[in-house]
Parts: sequence; C-alpha cells; structure tokens
Amino acid sequence: MIGVFSYLIFFATTASILAIAVLGLNLQWGNTGLFNGGVVAFFGAGAYGTLILGGTAQAGHLGGFGLFYPLALLGGMAAAGLMAWVVGLLTLRLRHDYLAIATFGVAVAFENLMRNAEWLAGGAKGVRGFERPLRAALGDGFIYNLFFFVVVLLILIATYMFLERLVASPFGRLLRAIREDEEAARSLGKNPARIRLMAFVTGSVILGLAGGLYGTFYAFVSPQDVLPTLTFQIWAMLIVGGAGNNRGAIFGAFLIWGAWTLSGWALSRFAPVDVQLYTGSVQFILIGSVIVGMLMWRPQGFLPERLVVSQRGKPQQTQQGE
Amino acid sequence: MADPILVTQGLCRSFGNFKAVDDVSLAVQRGSMTGLIGPNGAGKSTLFNLLTGALKPDVGAVQLDGQDITGLSPNKLFARGLGRTFQIPRPFARMSVLENVMLAPMGQVGETITGPFLFRSRMQTEEGRIRDKALEVLDFVTLGALADHPAGQISGGQMKLLELARVLMGDPQLILLDEPAAGVNPVLTATLIGKIAELNRQGTTFVIIEHDMDFVMQHCDPVIALAEGRVIFEGTSAQALANPTLLDAYLGAPMDG
Repeated sequence: MIGVFSYLIFFATTASILAIAVLGLNLQWGNTGLFNGGVVAFFGAGAYGTLILGGTAQAGHLGGFGLFYPLALLGGMAAAGLMAWVVGLLTLRLRHDYLAIATFGVAVAFENLMRNAEWLAGGAKGVRGFERPLRAALGDGFIYNLFFFVVVLLILIATYMFLERLVASPFGRLLRAIREDEEAARSLGKNPARIRLMAFVTGSVILGLAGGLYGTFYAFVSPQDVLPTLTFQIWAMLIVGGAGNNRGAIFGAFLIWGAWTLSGWALSRFAPVDVQLYTGSVQFILIGSVIVGMLMWRPQGFLPERLVVSQRGKPQQTQQGE
Repeated sequence: MADPILVTQGLCRSFGNFKAVDDVSLAVQRGSMTGLIGPNGAGKSTLFNLLTGALKPDVGAVQLDGQDITGLSPNKLFARGLGRTFQIPRPFARMSVLENVMLAPMGQVGETITGPFLFRSRMQTEEGRIRDKALEVLDFVTLGALADHPAGQISGGQMKLLELARVLMGDPQLILLDEPAAGVNPVLTATLIGKIAELNRQGTTFVIIEHDMDFVMQHCDPVIALAEGRVIFEGTSAQALANPTLLDAYLGAPMDG
C-alpha cells in the first residue's frame, strides 16, 4: 500500500514540475503566440543553473558555489531568463515558424554545449554533488519525497495564481492583442517588440523554475535531460490541455504525463520481448500521434481558452452580426 | 486662414525602380474632412503608409501639428494624436469587442508585469474608468450590444466601426481612414459616415482614402487626387468634378460605386 502511495507521490511530483513548465510555455504560446520550439533549453538552463550554484565543489567543472538553496533556484531562473533575453533580442524580428526553428536550434546548441563543454557542466556525465535541501533533517525516504511534493505543489499553485492575475490584467490583454494582430496593436500605440520580449523572458523564467525543481528532485542533471523529446512532451501537454487556459495547461501536464507513464508500463508489461527493446520509440510515436490527433479533432484542447468578458460584470445580451 | 494639421514636403518612396509616391507635398487643414482619391495604383496606400509610419520615406518630411514626425513608428504617432483604420479590418479576433477597445488607451498602470501586483488598486480604478469610456465609445459607434461578442465574429462593417471605436479611445486629433466604405453594406456605411461627420463637427480632422469617387465627392471637402504617385489635383469637390485632368486620370480606370 505504502508502495503505491509512494509511487503516486513520485508521479505527482514529476507531473507538477512539468505543469509549471507548461504554464511557462502557455504564457509564451497560449497568451502571446510566441512559438518557442526550444522549451528544453530554458528548462535546462534552470536545472543546470540551480545545481551548479547550489552544489558542492566538483573536480573538473564549474560548481561548488554551495549557495543557500532558494538563492540557487533563483539563480537558475535568472540563468533561464538571461538566456531568453539574449535569444529574444536576436530573434525579435522572427515570427511563428521562424521563431520555432531558431529556438529549436538554440535548444540543440544548448544540449551540445552541455554534452561537450566538460569544464562547464561535466559534459556527458552531467552535474553531480548536489545535496537536496533539508536532506540532513528529513533523510532520503518517503518523508522527504512527501515534503518535496508539498513544496512543488505550493510553487505550482503560486505560479498558477501569479499567471492568472497577470493574464486577467491589462498586461494580459496586451499579450493577447499582440498574439492576434501585431500591426493593429502597433497602430494603437503599443510596442510589440518590447512586449514580446517581456513575455518570452517571463515564460522562460518559469520554465527555468520548473527545470530547477526537476534538477533538485533528482539531485542530478545531464545532457540526457535536455533532449528535444522533453520539448515535444511539454508542447503535447499544452495542446491537449488547452492553449491559453492555465487550468488546461496543468490538466494537460497530468494527463499526458500519466499517459506517458502508463504506456511505458503497459509496453514493458504486455508487449512481446523483442518489441520491448523499442519501448521508447513506440512512446515517441504515441506522443506524436496524440499531438497530431488533437490538432485535427480538437485544436482548442480539452479546456479551451475562455474569452475575457468578465470585465463587464454581468453578461450582456448579444446580437447576431449580420 | 490656412491652419494645416498635417503637412508633407516632397515625399518620395520607391520600390525598386517604381516610384510609388513621387514628390508629394500637400497640406491637410485642421477640422477638414479631406478625401484622398486616385485610381488603383496611384500611390494612395503607399502615401497612407508613409503618413501613418508603416513605411519610411526615401526623401521628404511629414509634420503633424507643426512638429516633424518623419519616420516615427506607428505606435509613437498614435501617442501624438494620429489614429488610423485599416482597409481590411484588423480586429483582435479572439478577444471580446469590449477588450478590443479597452486595449487602446496608452500608458495603463496594469500594462507592465509588475503593475497588476504592485499597483493593484490604482489599476482597478483605472480599469473602471477605461471600461466606462469604452462602453460609451461602443455605444457611440452603435456596437454597445456586441460588447461581449468575440470581435472575430462580427460583420466586416461592424469591424470597421470597431476600429473607429478603438482609435477614438486615444482621443486623436487626426484620423486616417483607409477605404471605410469598401466591402461594407450601405446601411452600415451610412452609420459609419454619420459618426464620422459627427466627430468632424466636434473638431476631429479626417483624411479618407477612397477610390470610389462618388463617395468622396459626396462626403469629403477638400479633395486631393493622386495619379502615378503625384498630386494632380487639390481643391473643393465641386472643382474636382469640373476638372478635366482629374476626369482624364479616371477615364478608363476601374471605378466601383
């Protein structure tokens, strides 16, 4: 019994961390229409940043700053934000598919840098020597996992509340206007370039937060954690849940992570032995099919974006356009 | 007597070897409803884009209210009191009609990332004020009942009224309308023109691009005509009707309406 519960906590922690990442992407894509194809780079910057800043001294690569954990996590977020700021400035003129290609390239470059620059982050061996906060007091067992889940859940709720308030404000209105028609927004005195950059950096800081928590949870990060697969998974979560809807983003994260985990389990349990070798590949095919199927049958996702009319108080009688 | 609000001097803009706008100097008088006509390809749209900052001139200058605005971007021009609408309407489709209009006021407290958290009560007061004004403006353009409708689902004519409403939120002194009558049913065109005339009486200056000559003759005075990138006529609509050069430019040119 405790085994199942323990596993559920483990599952929910990972899903909650991914949900935070999906919320970050939702600010960029769902609200502002920025096609970030390199989600994993900003997630990874947060993970690497947190572990390098908060870890113990390591032979052969950067690290050992041993910062107080919250500071290390903030540092990881700042690293993701800084990277987004530089990438954003360089790609500010790019829109839609071009931005997607450029950011995808950034993510591939990031992974290659981490894999090859051993002096920076340990190369293919990754960053070790990170001690999880309060481990000394809580140990490594179930209690610690429960504690960490509660922390992650609280951060997820805080992120959700922050974003809900942000997108309901005039700033959120501005983001949607940029998403809908930049030229029209410009003619109404808005500066799309600046607003796009702000949304891109803020969303990436949230991606960095998720990455930092992910790295903390495993007390380890390596180039295997920043493969394009994760970008596609996070995208699938947002599309299935409902782009433009923060609750949809969280729902999609749990749903897709659940489906991913279950499919992995089912394949290893029921598939013929010679197919099991390809379990990973089958899962990739499944996730791709889910994205394509969703875009074909329900492109708005399970929880679609709600039109903001609440500003008005009570709903007005509507009249048909002619 | 002459009190121009918008003046251009020797504006030129080429695309490759093609001179779309060629040495255009003109003045728009304050409080006027100036019509800008010309056959297709006369350079109206390019001139319009030069005036609204969407394009930068190769040579020449533009002054608004005596100040040089040459090459300023559209967002800065809106802040200086120059509003525009589009030939093909550009609503923020997946936003409500009311949100479309509430977006427009500049420098809102809640328009930054920190504003909604640090200045919450100020933001809410301001939102109330903006909402009231937006509803007033929507009522004025006869869209009050559609306030909560998705802007992408109203008719093309209503979108033109919505664009006018958005622009009015900035209290502009000069509004440039790009083919307000194109593709709009006659009833809504009459509504739109009625509202424009009312605003004009209250002191807003309008520049209206149209290639429908009848429309311009009926509603605009004075009239400026372009052909092949140059100004070929400037005068009252009565003079325009009697002007042989102008009629020549239009003879054989496609005209609707």
